[in-house]
Formats: sequence, C-alpha cells, structure tokens
Amino acid sequence: MSRISDTFARLEKQGRKALIPFFTAGDPDPASCVPVMHALVAGGADVIELGVPFSDPMADGPVIQRSSERALKHGVTLRDVLGWVAEFRKTNSDTPVVLMGYANPIEAMGEEKFAQAARAAGADGVLVVDYPPEEAQKLVGILDGAGLDTVFLLSPTTSDARLREVAELGRGYLYYVSLKGVTGAANIDTAEVAKRLNHIRGFTKLPVGVGFGIRDGETARAVAQVSDAVVIGSRLVQEMADDPAQAVAKAQGFLSGIRAAMDRAKAA
Amino acid sequence: MRMYDLPDAKGHFGPYGGVFVSETLISALEDLKAAYAKFKDDPAFRAEFEYELKHYVGRPSPVYHAKRWSEHFGGAQVYLKREDLNHTGAHKINNVIGQALLARHLGKPRVIAETGAGQHGVATATIAARYGMECVVYMGSEDVKRQAQNVYRMKLLGATVVPVESGSKTLKDALNEAMRDWVTNVENTFYIIGTVAGPHPYPMMVRDFQSVIGKEAREQMPQLAGRQPDAVLACVGGGSNAIGIFHPYITDESVRLIGVEAAGYGIETGKHSATLCAGRSGVLHGNRTYLLQDDNGQIIETHSISAGLDYPGVGPEHAWLKDSGRAEYVAITDDEALEAFHKLCRLEGIIPALESSHALAYAAKMAPRMRKDQILLVNLSGRGDKDMHTVAEKSGLKF
Repeated sequence: MSRISDTFARLEKQGRKALIPFFTAGDPDPASCVPVMHALVAGGADVIELGVPFSDPMADGPVIQRSSERALKHGVTLRDVLGWVAEFRKTNSDTPVVLMGYANPIEAMGEEKFAQAARAAGADGVLVVDYPPEEAQKLVGILDGAGLDTVFLLSPTTSDARLREVAELGRGYLYYVSLKGVTGAANIDTAEVAKRLNHIRGFTKLPVGVGFGIRDGETARAVAQVSDAVVIGSRLVQEMADDPAQAVAKAQGFLSGIRAAMDRAKAA
Repeated sequence: MRMYDLPDAKGHFGPYGGVFVSETLISALEDLKAAYAKFKDDPAFRAEFEYELKHYVGRPSPVYHAKRWSEHFGGAQVYLKREDLNHTGAHKINNVIGQALLARHLGKPRVIAETGAGQHGVATATIAARYGMECVVYMGSEDVKRQAQNVYRMKLLGATVVPVESGSKTLKDALNEAMRDWVTNVENTFYIIGTVAGPHPYPMMVRDFQSVIGKEAREQMPQLAGRQPDAVLACVGGGSNAIGIFHPYITDESVRLIGVEAAGYGIETGKHSATLCAGRSGVLHGNRTYLLQDDNGQIIETHSISAGLDYPGVGPEHAWLKDSGRAEYVAITDDEALEAFHKLCRLEGIIPALESSHALAYAAKMAPRMRKDQILLVNLSGRGDKDMHTVAEKSGLKF
C-alpha cells in the first residue's frame, strides 16, 4: 500500500472526503514552502499537490501562471522542490505529497534519476500535466519501479476508450477536471460532475478527486458530496499572493475554512 | 529513392512529435484529426483549396533564376522559389487557407492564432475577413510594441489583437495563450497554428498544406533548369516554409536538404535561436522536439534579428530529419543575414524578408565553392517590406 492509498482507505473508514490543496513550490518565496506545507496540513489537508514551476504552463490560468513566474524569478528548480519535500518529511510522515507539473523539467533531469530522487525525498505521486496516457507508459513503468503513484487527469470530454486506458495506468487517485478551460476558470456544475463521476466509477476502483472551478467552502461542500476528494488550487494561490508576508497564515486560514465547510457536508 | 511515410498514427517522427497536452485538449485534437483525415483526400475539399491558392493567393509562385547574384558568386546557379509574391507577402497564407477551410467545414465561426512578427497573424486575419469569421490573434506584448505596423494591419482586417503579458511576452507565450483560449472555447473555435509545431495532427497538417511549395518546385525546376537542384535551402524558425519545400524532396536522396537557423549574435554568445544546432530534446507546446532550455528544463529566451525565426522550439519533423541525417541544419548570424539581404536588393531588385535572408546567406557561402553547372534552390519564403524599420535602424536611420 502506498501512502496515498492508505490515506484514502483511512478517510473512507471515517466517512470523510479528502481535501487536496495545490500551490506552487517556492511562491511567494522559497523559504515559505515547507512552512506552507505544514500549515496546509494543520488546516486540514489530506494530500498536498506541490506544483513544480515551469516557464510555459500551457494548461494553467493567470493565477497559477503568475505564481510559477514568481517562483522561477526566485530561481526555484525541481531539485529545490525535492529538497523541500525531504525537509517536510522530517516532521511529517503521514501526509502524501504529489508533485504536479510539466514534462520538460522532469525530462531535463532524466526520468530515472527523477524517480529515484523523488522517492528518496519522500514524495508519493507524480502528475505530469502534459503527459496524457499515450505518452506516459514509459514514465509509469519507471515510477512504478520507484514505488511512486502516477496520477492522471480526466476531463468532461474523455472518451470511454481513454477512460479504460487511464484506469489501467493510473495509480493512487484520478483527478477529474470539472470544466473545460484552464485552472482558475469559472463556475462548476455539481449535478453534471456527479453524473460524470458515476460514469467514471464504472471503469475504476481508484478514488476520484475533482478540481478546477472550486473557489469557496460552498462549492467544496457540494463537490465533496459526490466525489472522493476536492482539489483546490487557484483560490489558495491567490489568497497567498494577496498577502505574501502572511502566506503561511493565509494558507492555513483559507484551507481550514474549506475543511470546515466540507465536514459540515458530512454532518448534513 | 527511400520510403517516407511519417508521422505514424500517433503523430511520431521517430522519437519526436506526439501529443503532449493536458487531457482537457485531447478530444479537440481527436476531432481535428478525424476531420483532417476525412477532408484531406476529399476531392471537393482539394478543389476548394486549390482554387483559393490559385485565385486568391496567386499560385503557383514562380521559380526565378537569380543570374546576377549567381554571377557575383562565380559558382553554383541560384534559383529562388518566390513565396514572397504570394498575397500577404509570405508562405504563411498557404497553411492558413487550408486550416480556415477545415474550420468552415467543421462549422466553427471563430478562429484564433498566435503570432510573433505578425505575418501569421496577418494571414489569419486576411482569411478570416475573406470568409467572414471572427478572428482573435494572440501576440506577446513585446512583439506588439516591436511590430506596430502589423498590429495595425490585423486591426484593419477586422481582427482583435490580444497582447500577451505572461512569461517572456513573445511568440512562445502567445502560443500558450492561444492554447488556453482554445481549450476554453473549443465548441465554436478553431485554432490555426502558424507553423509545423504543436501537438499532432498540427505538424503533419501544416506540412501537408505547405507542401504545395515543394510540389510546384519539383515541376518547375526541370522546366527552367533542366533538372532538380543539388540542394534545397530554407530558413528554419518553427520550420513551416522549410518543411513545405523539403517534404516533396525527402525521398529523392540526390537532393541535399539544408535548413538554416538564426545564429543571432553568434551561437557562442548564447543569444540566438538555433534550436537544432545548439538545443536538446524536450517537451514544449504539445510535442517532443529540440528545444533551447536551461539545465533545469526551463525554456530560455531567444534572439534573432528576424522575429519569424525567434522561437525556442522547432517542428518535430525537422528534429527527425536532423537525427536521421536526411537534412542538414546550419546557422547564420544577424550580420550575415543582413549582408545577404542587401546583396539581393542591389543585384536582383528583390527585397527579401530577414527570415529568408538567412537561407540566402548560406547559399552565398556555398555557391562560390561549387561548380557553375551545379544548382541551389532557395525558398524565398517572404518579402522584406515588413522589415524596413529593422534594417533602417541597423543602418542608423529612423523613420
């Protein structure tokens, strides 16, 4: 069992849904990365998606683009990000960390070398935004060998044939992108999401998280009722960007609000 | 003759090409792939495409024997494929017409494009006006400043030009932003990519539309020169004009294929756009190809005097042609390109685009070392009217 599947199994027993925050490592500044991770855990995070900055984040909206640019201005590299994961692991051995980013920094390091380094740092999963299943088979094999989960995206337009392929290659959980567009885009249609998730569950036993378009406790609560996990990124990054000096406190405060709303869903 | 039938069904040219995009874009690309497969050999579609190329663009473009320039070298005879004579002044329009026709058949009323110098943006705005489509062009805000005239041309043609403020604020960022628009508005929008890059099927589709250049040249050269050339030269940024003229020659191994990149201030200075000469393999803009990147896999800023070559990637088919040894890639500095620019103006009465001047400059290096009965064919991919202020500034003039 991986740390990710352990986490989902424990939550299922407790009748709770996973809360998965995303932020870009090194934004607003490198020194804040590890403290923000701990703050998110304190705020109720079950898994952390840690963004690896890239110069050309094609699938991201303006909020995460700018956050990636700020991190790169600080000179943040994939190696730094792995260093912060290792630092985080010194005092947290429970919360899974999924590295999320684009293919090129990983390929520049070399997939084998990356997998070993990520494993040694204590990372648990990897989500490469621009590696759809047809290009990811080699990486999945390498990550499997290192005991790391490869997380894949699903979209409202993913065909059944592709669902089957993703179900076979995906590890840990699947990430359902709830709307067309880039990260940080408009509103989410919960009824539509529920329908799609039911369909997806016909193809896989993996937990399914939902992200894109979740901006507040209300939407998180609604999404938690139909999914296994709620992923929240752009709004969190924005909260931290609005008050960079207080980023750690902001992250915790924002996430605990979301957590509280989600747990009310369970009681309701 | 060798066999050549790349890309494979998944868009790979050897290890290059492919589909490296977020899941959210996959279904749009699959729809596009299906539509292109359906229309590419459809006689009605072909007839429509050819009609437009003939009556709107003015094809076939002539091949011209640059006799005075050849005499000046005292070596090989240099012929020019005159893409500069096309409507809108460059080869870009060939591809735009093909994709716009596809958009019409798919019932998409809105087209978007990325542009660097503005040539592809102008071509797209032109065709959108011709077909009555809404047109949005993404352009890095740095390029908007540098290319004010082309921005105005696009606006005259009815297009909306959106300055892109992210990243390095240049062509690569405009491409990112166009992709983001496409993924958000895919129901009513067709993304017309301007070069042989991007995810499959774009590199193949753009190549096919641009191959008209090489197909014509193969017919024209025997008529004019009595045989095919010894070498075909073309400048390479993303590489669409080069693939266009190379592709019909790939199986004919007696013809050397030479792609000319921008060495900018010199490759050793690090300020250049010579992706194939100085880059290494990676993933950007939906495909695997050679890239200019730092040790951490971040894409780096490029330089060339010609905005059309100023791109940190290159079409994946060129990456494969390089590795397989079928094509050679070389680089020419800003200064060498300018020298060739001026020579062609004075000796032939043709003002070439600064992009094309890179290919001309390499021909100028080769020709004197060749015999008089040998032949070089250079793709003169565009005219230089757009470059007047750049060249004037270099000579210390300001308009």
